[in-house]
Amino acid sequence: MDPASALQALNSGIPIAWYLTLAAVLFTIGVAGFLLRRNIITVFMCIELMLNAVNLTFVAFAHQHRDVSGHLYAFFVMVVAAAEAAVGLAIILTVFKNRSTLNIDEIDTLKN
Amino acid sequence: MHKLWLIPALPFIGFLINGILGRKLSKTVINAVAVGSVVLSFLWVLQNAASCDWGANPLHAHYFTWIRSGGFNVGWDFQIDRLTVVMLLIVTGIGSLIHIYATGYMAHEEGYYRFFAYMNLFMFFMLTLVLAGNYLLLFVGWEGVGLCSYLLIGFYFVKKSATTAGNKAFIVNRIGDFGFSLAMFLIVVNFGTLDFRRVFAAAPGKPVETLTAIALLMLVGAAGKSAQIPLYVWLPDAMEGPTPVSALIHAATMVTAGVYMCSRSAVIFTHAPAAMETVAVIGLATAVFAATIGLAQYDIKKVFAYSTVSQLGYMFLGVGVGAFSAGIWHLMTHAFFKALLFLGAGSVIHACHGEQDMRHMGGLRKYAPITMWTLACASLAIAGFPGTSGFFSKDAILTAAYGYAPWMFWVGVITAGMTAFYVWRAFWMTFMGEYKGHGHPHESPLSMTGPLMVLAVLSLFGGVLFNVPKFLSGMFPLPEEVPGEAMLMGISIAAGLIGIGISYYMYVVNTELPGKVTSALGGLYTLVYNKYFVDEIYDATVVTPLVEGSKTVLWHGADQGLIDGIVNGVGTESRAIGGVLRLIQSGNIRSYATWVVLGSVAVLLVMVFGGGMR
Repeated sequence: MDPASALQALNSGIPIAWYLTLAAVLFTIGVAGFLLRRNIITVFMCIELMLNAVNLTFVAFAHQHRDVSGHLYAFFVMVVAAAEAAVGLAIILTVFKNRSTLNIDEIDTLKN
Repeated sequence: MHKLWLIPALPFIGFLINGILGRKLSKTVINAVAVGSVVLSFLWVLQNAASCDWGANPLHAHYFTWIRSGGFNVGWDFQIDRLTVVMLLIVTGIGSLIHIYATGYMAHEEGYYRFFAYMNLFMFFMLTLVLAGNYLLLFVGWEGVGLCSYLLIGFYFVKKSATTAGNKAFIVNRIGDFGFSLAMFLIVVNFGTLDFRRVFAAAPGKPVETLTAIALLMLVGAAGKSAQIPLYVWLPDAMEGPTPVSALIHAATMVTAGVYMCSRSAVIFTHAPAAMETVAVIGLATAVFAATIGLAQYDIKKVFAYSTVSQLGYMFLGVGVGAFSAGIWHLMTHAFFKALLFLGAGSVIHACHGEQDMRHMGGLRKYAPITMWTLACASLAIAGFPGTSGFFSKDAILTAAYGYAPWMFWVGVITAGMTAFYVWRAFWMTFMGEYKGHGHPHESPLSMTGPLMVLAVLSLFGGVLFNVPKFLSGMFPLPEEVPGEAMLMGISIAAGLIGIGISYYMYVVNTELPGKVTSALGGLYTLVYNKYFVDEIYDATVVTPLVEGSKTVLWHGADQGLIDGIVNGVGTESRAIGGVLRLIQSGNIRSYATWVVLGSVAVLLVMVFGGGMR
């Protein structure tokens, strides 16, 4: 079997709905974790999970429509996520230094 | 060589120099500028008067178009005819004398430059008023002199009574000016122009009702400016200003603007007989009313103030009975003797170190002889002593009044008797008997007595020298001969002499008598002494309701209740809504995230079930 026909088999084999379902499941896990977990690190990881779920849908649609813009958006999201991870982790580090806690419910200085 | 604009421009330059640089200038320079500009203006008027060809046609000068709206044009136009010349000579001539006098009188006052700047500004506006070739420009001068009057009445602005007197003058004049404005609107509507020439040319063809309405509204304006019933109340209070101001503005010139305006509009008035009769009746009523108040006053300036109101009433009587030239004649002679009376009063006050109450004067004949003799001339003139200036003009008015309605003549004669009485009463109280004031009285300097002497000559011989009715006969026909004129003359002379005689008896020979008379009159005397309580009545009927109405309805009701209520209500409501919304801001990140998720779900649901974005 030559590579081109293999790719075609793959393409025709897995319908788009499967990719989308996987992305939805991943996104929901991310949302649930974000809302329910108290540890900031976990919350942070959940955000990453949601971003990657979105990336998956972008890539899936790009593949289906044979359009490269979807891939471009995926790369943008990765860049932003990387930057966000750097800044976010720095903030978490500072918060932990100052407050000796990573419980998100105790960090509510925006109130009042 | 006309250059009419120079006449008002000279005092205006004086005003600019003194008003802007006056603070830094020395008194000599201020005097030179202030007096110099007015005297130059006077000389220019004389030059013009001498060089003009005084035919029937007035001279016009158009400088620039001020307002142009469709077919309606108002220009900065000056016009000079015989009536204007008479007024110009009075204003600049008397003005020059009073400016000279003021350099002496005001020598020790604060704000010297300010005083002269205002005086020059007044001259500018008064000359604009007199020279104006249309009603609007006349109104500019009219309002301008009102402004200067306000500024100069309130000249001693640290004194509360002076500032309130200034306000009173200004506010009362607003009522009159409102009438005058309405008159101008009516003229614009009916004539399509405010130009004197075109209005007067078209006036005879207009319906009588229109002309009567215009004339009556003008009378309201004139009553405000010239202190006639019922708007005279500001003039006696205006005496709070410095005495030269009283003499120039509130006796000789500004207050006669109403008489001038009516004479200028003679064409309108003569075609509205009902308005003429109203003018005559108001003039006569004012003359009697003010004269009776004058009988009982003790402040020397108040006596002369009521006398001014009374004499202005005479002028209006003259205008009202159709003797315009007699009114203008009396305007002129009155300018001479009343300016002299006020300047003399100023000299007396100066001599008595600021005392104005005649009960604290007396005996000044020894200390201030020049003032006494000049004042005697003025008092003779106002009493109508034969041969003096006041005699001729008053007689002309009274004769004309007799021709119009005999009862007016008799009321006028009684008023003349009262006038003679109270002026001479002031004279005896001031100069006879013993000095009852404080300090040592002294004669005034030459800068003050000089103008007094010039005015004394004019008061005595002004009537013989300047026969105004004859000069104006081209504009206003000479009155017809009235039968028995010599007898009428005799009666008015007798009234004046009786007035003088009674006052001499009461205040020199038998000084006990006035006290007995006042106690015998009782309530009547109290009524007159308190000026018929007119001020109190106005307070109760007009001022207090206005003030209280403004306070309760406008201030507390409209302003605080409605406007503030709306503004504050908006603020309170915003706070209440915000108070609910701020509960969302918990500060808890996870609750924010929940809101975000809920929002997203909501958007999603709308898109799915609402048909999406297709």
